[in-house]
Amino acid sequence: MSSRIERPKTPSGRTLSVSDPELRRLHDHAVRGYPHEVVGLLAGDRSTDTVTRVVPLENETADDPARRFRVNGLKLMRAEQAVEADGLDVVGYYHSHPDHPANWSDTDREQALPDVAYVIAAVQGSPSPHVSDTQGWRLRDDRAVMLHQPVIPSE
Amino acid sequence: MQVSVHIPTALRAFTGRQARVEVEGETVEAALTALTTTHSGLHKHLRDSEGRLRSFVNVYLGDEDIRFLPEGAQTPLAAGAELTIVPSIAGGRS
Repeated sequence: MSSRIERPKTPSGRTLSVSDPELRRLHDHAVRGYPHEVVGLLAGDRSTDTVTRVVPLENETADDPARRFRVNGLKLMRAEQAVEADGLDVVGYYHSHPDHPANWSDTDREQALPDVAYVIAAVQGSPSPHVSDTQGWRLRDDRAVMLHQPVIPSE
Repeated sequence: MQVSVHIPTALRAFTGRQARVEVEGETVEAALTALTTTHSGLHKHLRDSEGRLRSFVNVYLGDEDIRFLPEGAQTPLAAGAELTIVPSIAGGRS
């Protein structure tokens, strides 16, 4: 078990509204992928921090998929172009943390893009895989920390 | 040499929401430097503290990832060349 750093949740002053059925899809994806990390795209309306579509992507990492995720540039670009062609914005991305809290890690922060939301779903494997927590984050502009952007399920 | 740089969604906050920026540059490197000189907020997101492109930042010249071009970032550009910044997404628990 790696050491866990309990970080204070520095507020971003923003929340992220995710429609209920899409949040369930995100959770289903995270549970199905256990014990590996899963990853996907969050699409909707950037101006209102609203997610209306969850797009699962393939975790292409070449190393430890239980602890890492990666989606390579061209595949990501095609997925983003597809949602933009439907009139939606790219609001952010999600990934899972198997048997680990829904807090951002330094690995997450170092590789984060600015100006988008990152949702992390914590998946506990015992007694059977289930999502125990879901939190949203966004990179502060100086890249030093990620700020809390709570996920609010909506109708 | 004037060339175009396509900017991904997450970085448009630093280009006044422009998806495409025209810059001057004789090489890929020079064009990227011109881009981050004009739009200085981009610099820290594209490059690490030692000035290297961040590992998740891919730059394409046309359809080619510049990391796989023989001259890499020193590849000369023709007028009207199209550069595209294509981030990967990556991370994971510590």
